[in-house]
Amino acid sequence: MNDKRFNVLLGFAAMVVVFIFAGFLFTLVVQSLPAVKQEGAAFLYGSEWNPVTTRFGALPFIIGTLMTSAIALAIAIPLSLSAGIVMGEYVNSLWLRSVLNTLINVLASIPSVVFGLWGIEVVIPLVRSLAMSVGAPPYGAGILSASLVLAIMIIPYMSSMTREALVNVHAGLREGAYALGLTKQEVVTGIALPFAKNSIFAGILLSLGRALGETMAVTMLIGNATRIPTSLFSLGNTLASVIASQFNEAASDVHRSAMMGLALILFVITMIIGWFGRTLMRKGVGAHGE
Amino acid sequence: MKRNAVSKSLMLLTLFVLGLTSALGAQTLLGSGATFPAPAYTKMFDEYYKLTGVKVNYQAIGSSGGLKNIQDRVVDFGGTDSFIKDADFSKYPGQVVHIPTVIGAIVVTYNLPGSLKLRLTGDVVADIYLGKITKWNDKAITELNPGVKLPNLAIMPVYRSDGSGTTFNFTAYLSAVSAEWKSKVGNANSVSWPVGQGAAQNAGVAGVVKQTPGTIGYVELAYANQNNMAVAVIKNSSGNWIEPSLASTSAAAAGAFPADTRIVLVNTDAKEGYPISSLTWLVVYREQNYGNRSREQAEQLVKLLWWMIHDGQQYVTALDYAPLPAPAVKASEAIIKSITYNGQALIK
Amino acid sequence: MENNVFTGEYKRRKRKDIVFRLAILVPTGIVVSLLILILAQVVMNGSKSLNLDFFFQQQKPFGEVGGGVVQAIVGTIMVLVVAIVIALPVSLLAALYLYEHKGSKRANVLLDVVSTLQGIPSIVIGVVIYIWVVVPLKTFSAFAGGIALSIVMLPLMISMIKESLDMVPSSYLEAALALGVPRWRAVVEIIVPAAASGILEATGLGIARAAGETAPLIFTSFGNPFLSLNFMAPVSALPLVIYEYVKSPYDDWHQKAWGAALLLVLFVLSLNLLIGTRKKR
Repeated sequence: MNDKRFNVLLGFAAMVVVFIFAGFLFTLVVQSLPAVKQEGAAFLYGSEWNPVTTRFGALPFIIGTLMTSAIALAIAIPLSLSAGIVMGEYVNSLWLRSVLNTLINVLASIPSVVFGLWGIEVVIPLVRSLAMSVGAPPYGAGILSASLVLAIMIIPYMSSMTREALVNVHAGLREGAYALGLTKQEVVTGIALPFAKNSIFAGILLSLGRALGETMAVTMLIGNATRIPTSLFSLGNTLASVIASQFNEAASDVHRSAMMGLALILFVITMIIGWFGRTLMRKGVGAHGE
Repeated sequence: MKRNAVSKSLMLLTLFVLGLTSALGAQTLLGSGATFPAPAYTKMFDEYYKLTGVKVNYQAIGSSGGLKNIQDRVVDFGGTDSFIKDADFSKYPGQVVHIPTVIGAIVVTYNLPGSLKLRLTGDVVADIYLGKITKWNDKAITELNPGVKLPNLAIMPVYRSDGSGTTFNFTAYLSAVSAEWKSKVGNANSVSWPVGQGAAQNAGVAGVVKQTPGTIGYVELAYANQNNMAVAVIKNSSGNWIEPSLASTSAAAAGAFPADTRIVLVNTDAKEGYPISSLTWLVVYREQNYGNRSREQAEQLVKLLWWMIHDGQQYVTALDYAPLPAPAVKASEAIIKSITYNGQALIK
Repeated sequence: MENNVFTGEYKRRKRKDIVFRLAILVPTGIVVSLLILILAQVVMNGSKSLNLDFFFQQQKPFGEVGGGVVQAIVGTIMVLVVAIVIALPVSLLAALYLYEHKGSKRANVLLDVVSTLQGIPSIVIGVVIYIWVVVPLKTFSAFAGGIALSIVMLPLMISMIKESLDMVPSSYLEAALALGVPRWRAVVEIIVPAAASGILEATGLGIARAAGETAPLIFTSFGNPFLSLNFMAPVSALPLVIYEYVKSPYDDWHQKAWGAALLLVLFVLSLNLLIGTRKKR
């Protein structure tokens, strides 16, 4: 062994990682070609997904993915921002802070399939009685159930990102503001949040990336219908959940290829959002007032 | 020094893995596919394990998945409820044969308050799944069920979200009895459902129906009975109301049996036959020497198949499947004897 | 007069402060109680099905009451072993690459690739590994499942190991180099051991993260009702068992799904806590 060989070894490991990434992209592109060739651009906006007539349009799942993620964000943002602010600005006792931190970490590490199980046994019956009381079809499963559980799943992630963004704001800024006699609320909304907003927004984007790609819990709760969802109580599918529920049982080669195409769409979307989030994050770190 | 130790232990681990692989390889068989006979298969394979020590791993992933896996040659056998069509044989890298295992009934199950017993015709079931009948107290249903007090409740159809032979046979039946179904939806392992909720696998559909009032679904009889679910009495092509049972299922297969065992049983003309009955098959390659398969592996497989159509049959009735009728056993014996390794028959 | 304006203004501001406090404390309360509720339900429902059979028996045929999930416990351990055997060396070396080429263009590209890999939906990993490993090897296997999980672990472990390498004071390396030790030996024998606790931590978190993954296993390790020790054959895993059982109509299996969920949560939790307490010291 010498320095040269050592460097070659390291370079090799780096290549492996890059190769995995490039290989994923390549595999997905090649595998989805048959379906894309058959459908053309309609693969993206076609509203019919029918294995019998072998028509494959991804629109119902793109809409399903956007709907569940949007609703989940709408629920999760106020809750996580609040929790993040409380943890970052209000809790002074070290003991309580570490309890909250541990709780959040524990929740972030609960596997998706366990959330799915919890959703089936707890959330679906609740949503079913809600649906019955408003006269919607009482499946229980559907967009709302999936979104609710999705929201709970991203809350720990989003709130700890918020907390971190606030903690990173330069302490001197805050002390100066208190010295001027500002109330806590004024310090938080007037000083801390504006300085942390890029990082917080980045945290929201990264959480969105997670929500879009979340598979198991959504598959178990969304009802697996291949139609475009029209209401909160509609059954639907996301890009990820349709792959999980149909891939092993694909009826034809085009059907399988179409699912690889869905995987590709999902991959590209999460890639773009992740990239955007990380760029913002870097910018955010520079804007912490240090 | 440390690095050496690491690479050495890595090598040892690899050797260990390879050793285990060769030591245990012959003792296991892998299959995947139809969920419709899965309760019967898991029971049979459990008994077979106690008898021979051979572990047969069957993953109930749906018929389409089983066929795809046998096509990719990643399993020893595939299970399917819909036989391979002539036009599709060319998709397989070798000649495949069908061995029927049991006959099952697909029942129309529902969840209604009170223990109501319903009579339904194929037409009405088709209209429900077409979204034309949406309430349980629709005239079309009440007319068939005089004296039954049906609630003013929305009907929620539940279907299989995965590709499945159960769906194939159910939609084959609906296509046979409803022209509108045939033209609008058709008949396949997975179809584009006009209305309703998808659930994965027989167990999934049974699960949703059991948990949701107002639902209607189609599952294998065994799933319905094991879970005390209500099943509908269906009118067959001879105009008789038939309760799904072992006897009425067997009756559906009473006719002639083709040598390649590929026969559709739905909408049978047998007078006492239940109209949504189906055979289910295992699909294997006729020539077993492919990939890295050993002769032992092929022999294990053939032994298992032989056992399943003979001794294995004793376990199926308890699970509400009808055993194979004598002509089917005879045809299957001939097929199993035709399975070869390097061109040599594996069983005589 | 003037004084009144000030106290009025002060009161208004004070009131606003209290309203804001309530407005964030209430949602936080909701979040905390939800989290506690979920944990409590997993623990209560799960503990009911924990008994000796649960740990030491194989799965019973469909619909029969009894049996256990030993095949899934062992299967989970097997796929995790394969995954870590692959992920640890690759991520350590890749992190060392980042350490050695800090700031270079190539290192930045690699960093971007690592972050992007972290965002790959797990279902996509399963689908691709099916094509890369299962189809060529002609069998579903614990090995294929392990490879899929190693890809889940890699990006997380690379970035964590890199961070812990970066935290080693650069004077360590400089001192060694000044003594004439070849660079590679200085890195391997001084920097890596100095970052050992961080590397261990990364390994633990990688395992914790991968242990609960279901989607990458559905198309790779596939599942198995029998206990199997063969790495080249399908094996079950705890997340797979949960997914399969919860879809079933059998009450006993639902009960067992909760049990498996509790087991999985306890495992992941103890890994996290272990690392958490180490970190504090």
